[in-house]
Amino acid sequence: MANTQTHAELGLNRTGVATSPRLTEDMLEGTSEFTPSSIGDDRQIGLERGDYAREADPLGSVPPPLTGKGMLKTGATALKGESPTQLIDKLGERLAFERTGTRLYEALVSKHDALGGFEGGPSREDLVRILRDEHAHFQMLKQALEKMGADPTVMTPSADIHATMTKGVLEIAVEPRTSLAQSLEAALLAELADNDCWMALHELALQAGEKDLAEAFSMALSEENLHLTMVRTWLAAAQGRTRA
Amino acid sequence: MTIDLIRDTGTPLERQVFTWRELVQPTYSKLDDDAFTRVRVILMNGIESESLRFSHACSRMNRELQRDLARVRRIEQHQQTLVNWLNPADQSVLETTIGFEQVAIEVTASVALAEPDPYLAQCYRFGLLEDFDHMYRYSALMDRVEGKDANNLLQSYSDILPGRPTSVEHRHPDNDLRTPYDRRTAQLISKLHAQTLVAGEHQTHDYYMTVGPTYADPTGRQLYAEIASIEEQHVTHYESMVDATETWLEKWLLHEANEVYNYYSCVQSEGNPRIKAIWERFLDYELGQLQYVAELFKSIEKRDVAEVLGDGKLPTPIQYVSHRDFVRDTLRREVMLTAVGPSFVPFDQEPEQAQFYRAQLNSQGSPSDRVAAGYVWQPGTELVSNAPQLSQLDLQPTA
Repeated sequence: MANTQTHAELGLNRTGVATSPRLTEDMLEGTSEFTPSSIGDDRQIGLERGDYAREADPLGSVPPPLTGKGMLKTGATALKGESPTQLIDKLGERLAFERTGTRLYEALVSKHDALGGFEGGPSREDLVRILRDEHAHFQMLKQALEKMGADPTVMTPSADIHATMTKGVLEIAVEPRTSLAQSLEAALLAELADNDCWMALHELALQAGEKDLAEAFSMALSEENLHLTMVRTWLAAAQGRTRA
Repeated sequence: MTIDLIRDTGTPLERQVFTWRELVQPTYSKLDDDAFTRVRVILMNGIESESLRFSHACSRMNRELQRDLARVRRIEQHQQTLVNWLNPADQSVLETTIGFEQVAIEVTASVALAEPDPYLAQCYRFGLLEDFDHMYRYSALMDRVEGKDANNLLQSYSDILPGRPTSVEHRHPDNDLRTPYDRRTAQLISKLHAQTLVAGEHQTHDYYMTVGPTYADPTGRQLYAEIASIEEQHVTHYESMVDATETWLEKWLLHEANEVYNYYSCVQSEGNPRIKAIWERFLDYELGQLQYVAELFKSIEKRDVAEVLGDGKLPTPIQYVSHRDFVRDTLRREVMLTAVGPSFVPFDQEPEQAQFYRAQLNSQGSPSDRVAAGYVWQPGTELVSNAPQLSQLDLQPTA
């Protein structure tokens, strides 16, 4: 039975204790007889985490530019800045995020095709438009990195962090049991992150004296802002709210 | 429904076929299905996994059986796929782990209660108290690292209480070997019980070894490492209960009979009609495979299958219910036991060699003690009534 709902319905959810009060009472009764075998509290987990953190290597690094000679003027300034790797790391992060974002909207389009939309929700064209924006942003970042002499196929540490953080976003969209409205919740998380990150990227480009890049990033930010507004509006409609 | 292991023909091998769509079916619901549906799926994945493991080992040692083994094994591969793919994608690694431990508690308890041989029954109770403790440790991990309640998975059927502390479960390998049943005199049910536990524990071990390094938190990574080590002990423990003098074909026959027995147990208890239909289908498949192997047994070994399968009647199925009272009674009576050789003795009779082995492993701290230090489960996690403990100053090790 396809999930075309905009909200979850009443059913036999068994995860809460109210489903089985007698069994739960038995469980609780046992805690007074069978007491913890070691003393202490949850702080010891944090201490161990700290011990490991003090000894841990970083996730990885940003590779050096492909060739110094081939580097165009654009970007060269950035690579001479105080944190020459930071811009590359963050550009790599956004490139990877926009590339996965393209696949995210592909998943939303396929869900829309299969289940249809809902009143006040996105049309297929709306989703395709965002998909194309995401893809264009990916391509723009690829060119920017190439101009800077950086390898656009690299997974930078920041790209890795964002991919790990948001792996659930794509999982929700490609999961057959989630509705279009539930999948848009995942898109909201992606768009919120996207907006903040494009804002940061714009500022980093300005700091590096890369005016052309900053201008392009500003345009991307405007488009992402529109995406966020659209997704918020669709979710408000799905939830019966009047204000996005 | 009555099953006759000797006369029921089941589905012939040539009709045991699949498509990719059949192998990847809609999953059960983590939220709405009964916890025992997940328990059955996890155990049956283990049963099928064991059938492949055994089949490969047998193939490496028996050139003349390789073609027959390969034929049956390919079907088992696809059966395992279909069963394991019933697990949903919204079930995290740690949530599935809670499911594995619920299998280890409730299935082992059912087996321990039904086992007619008193020594073997004690072996099951011994393992049960250790897996029971693993549930407590993983639940503490889930609560304290992820802020989630393991009882969302358990549905109050199984306790979240300390058992034999995991930190004292570590034994020298010499003390993990048990006295096997005698293949000539043991009842069929004793053989099926041992097969079932070897399968379940081996799969649990392999699962923890696969997913342990995917956990980010250091205590979580250590806990998977520690409990995987106990699961290896448990495989050694249960495996040694099986008579090693059974012939390869006899073992194969028992594996197939055990698969029949386990699918039959699932059919008897499953409440989800779509998943029940899968258990029924595979019960027929296993009967077909059993007949195939029975023919090999007769033609190659020139023996009567009744020697192994008795009168062909299936024993009482595994009981997929809460065994809370039995488990707690066992805790009260046997939690203080450890193993010395094949015997179970109080910890104060443990030889120095065994104490040294454990002390060495725990000499830089115990993940299982640390994760559950002072932990008392309550509905909705310990954050319901305990404020997070943020001050670490009094816990900092002194320089």
